[in-house]
Amino acid sequence: MSTNQTQVMELTVDDLKEMRGLVSDRAIAGETVLLNMGPQHPSTHGVLRLLLEIDGENVVSCVPDVGFLHTGIEKSCEDQTYMKVIPLTDRMDYLAPLSNNLGYVLAVEKLMEVDVPLRAQYARVILCELTRIASHLVWLGTHAMDLAAMSVFLYCFREREKILDILEMVSGQRMMSSYFRPGGLWRDLPTGFEEAVRAFMDHFPLEVKEYEGLLKKNPLWIDRTKGVGVITAEQAVAWGVTGSSLRGSGVNWDIRKAIPYSSYDQFEFDVPLRTEGDVYARFWCRVQELWQSLRIIDQALKKLPKGPFISNNRKVVPPPKEELAYSMESLIHHFKLWTEGFTPPVGEVYVRIESPRGEFGCYLSSDGSPKPRRVHFRTPSFANLSAMHLMTKGVFIADLVAIIGSIDIVLGDVDR
Amino acid sequence: MIDLITSQFPDAISGPIEFRGEQTLVVQPDRLIEVCTFLRDDPRLRFDLLSDVSAVDHFPASPRFAVNYHLYSLENNYQLRLKVWLDGEQPHIASVTSVWPGANWHEREVWDLMGIKFDGHPDPRRIFLPEDYLGHPLRKDSAQFYEEPQFTHNFDLIESQKPYAKE
Repeated sequence: MSTNQTQVMELTVDDLKEMRGLVSDRAIAGETVLLNMGPQHPSTHGVLRLLLEIDGENVVSCVPDVGFLHTGIEKSCEDQTYMKVIPLTDRMDYLAPLSNNLGYVLAVEKLMEVDVPLRAQYARVILCELTRIASHLVWLGTHAMDLAAMSVFLYCFREREKILDILEMVSGQRMMSSYFRPGGLWRDLPTGFEEAVRAFMDHFPLEVKEYEGLLKKNPLWIDRTKGVGVITAEQAVAWGVTGSSLRGSGVNWDIRKAIPYSSYDQFEFDVPLRTEGDVYARFWCRVQELWQSLRIIDQALKKLPKGPFISNNRKVVPPPKEELAYSMESLIHHFKLWTEGFTPPVGEVYVRIESPRGEFGCYLSSDGSPKPRRVHFRTPSFANLSAMHLMTKGVFIADLVAIIGSIDIVLGDVDR
Repeated sequence: MIDLITSQFPDAISGPIEFRGEQTLVVQPDRLIEVCTFLRDDPRLRFDLLSDVSAVDHFPASPRFAVNYHLYSLENNYQLRLKVWLDGEQPHIASVTSVWPGANWHEREVWDLMGIKFDGHPDPRRIFLPEDYLGHPLRKDSAQFYEEPQFTHNFDLIESQKPYAKE
C-alpha cells in the first residue's frame, strides 16, 4: 500500500466489519486496498460503482454498487395508462429501445388478447433485429475501445448512424423510437424504408468482415480476452445470466427459438454457441449474432406482406382519423381510448423476449382499471451484473475492464 | 406437469390458476423452500432458471403483498409462476438464494422498493436507493413524486410550500 504521496482515506475497523461478508478479512487487516472504481469512470459503461478489494494489481473481491441511474420507471408506469407507458419503456435499455417496447407491447397484447397483423409482426422483427445490430455495434465499439482498439469504436458508430437514420425515417426519433403500439405499429412503414434497409444490408457485411479482421485473430486481442472472466454454465444458469453471456458458456438458449414471439419461428437463423465461457467466447457469440441478424432481416424483407399495420380491434386501437367523420362508434372509441384508455381484465401476464442483452421480461398485473397495478421489468443486465463477482476472482484490474465490457451491461437496464 | 407438482404437495400448493395460457401456483409461505428445491431438482421438471422475483402491492386489499417467482426449465421448456401471499406490517418470507443464487439481487430489489424481508438472505442491503433512505417507494401508500400543477385556485397554497432561498 502506497504511503508516500496521496491522501488515502482511512476506513475505521467498524466500517470494514460491516462489509465483512463482501470483502475478505485481509481488507480488515489492512493487507489489501479498498479502491473505488467510482460511478464516473470511462470504462464502466455508465454510472456503475465497483468497490474493489485489490492486492497489488489483482482483484480479490469486486462488489458492484448500482442505483445511480434509478429513475423509478416502474413506479411512474403505475400512473400512466397502458399506452402512455410505452415511451417510458424506451428509456430503460437505451441502446435497444425498440426491444423494450416490444417486450412491453407483447405483454399488453397477451393481456388484452389482441391479434397483430402479419405485416406488423414482420416489421417488428426487422426493426428489432436492426436494433440488435445497433446495440451490438455500441457494445463492440466501447468494448474494443476499453481494450485500446480505438478505431473499431469509430467504425462501429459510423455504421450505427445508418441504423439510426432508418429508425428516424420510420418513427421520427433516432433513439427513443416508441414505434410499437398494442396491436401493431404506430404508423405504417414509410416509402423508402425497404430501399434504405437494403442499402444498409448491402454494405454492412463488408463492415462486419472488417471488425472480424481487426479483432478475431489479433494476438493482442486474444491475449487480453482468452481465458479471462470465465463463468461456467452451471454458475451462469444458477445466477440467472442470459443472452450471449450464457451462450458463451455453452448453454444453447435463445428465446427467439425456444419460445418464439412475433413470428420469429418463420425465419431461419442459427444461434452462435461457444463453450469456454470467457470474454473471447462472449465476444465471438455477439459478432456472429450480427451475421444472423442480417439473415433474419433479409428473409423478413423478402416476405414482408402488404396489409394493415395495426389490428382492427377498436377496443384497443384508436380508429384512423378519417373514420371519425362518418362513424359514430369510431368517435366514441376514439374518445374513450384517448381520455380513459382501454381496460384489460383482471389478471397478470409475463412475457419474455430476447433482447440484445439477454432475457427481457415484462410482468404486468392488471386490476381492471386503465392504469396498470404493477409493471415489473426483468432486465437482463441486472441479472448479468449480479453474476460478475464470479468472473472476477483473482483477475487484474485491466481484465476487469474487459469483463465489464463483455457482459454488455447498460446501466439504464440495471437500475431502471 | 402441473399435476406432478400438485400431487407432490397437496397441502402446500393451491392452483393452478390459468390465465392467457400461463400457469400460476400459489404456495404456502412456510413450505416455499421445500417446493422450490423439488422444482429445481426433480428430473422430470428441472426448473433451473429463476428469471425473476417481484412483488405486487394490492393495497388496500388483504392479503396485501404477492411475491411472484417466474421459473423456467431450460431442458423441458416449461414456464411457471409461483405466487406467495404475504400480509402484515412487516411481511417476511424465506429467501430462495439457497436454491437459486440468482435470486440475490432480485430479493434485494424487492426489499428496497417494497419492504418485504427475506429471511436468510446473505446480503440484505438496499440496492437502488441510498442506505439511509426511509420508506419503500413502490408501495401504494407511499407518496407520489410528481409536482402538482399550480392553477389559480391553489396558487397561494403551492406558493407557500415552495422553498425559496432566504434573502
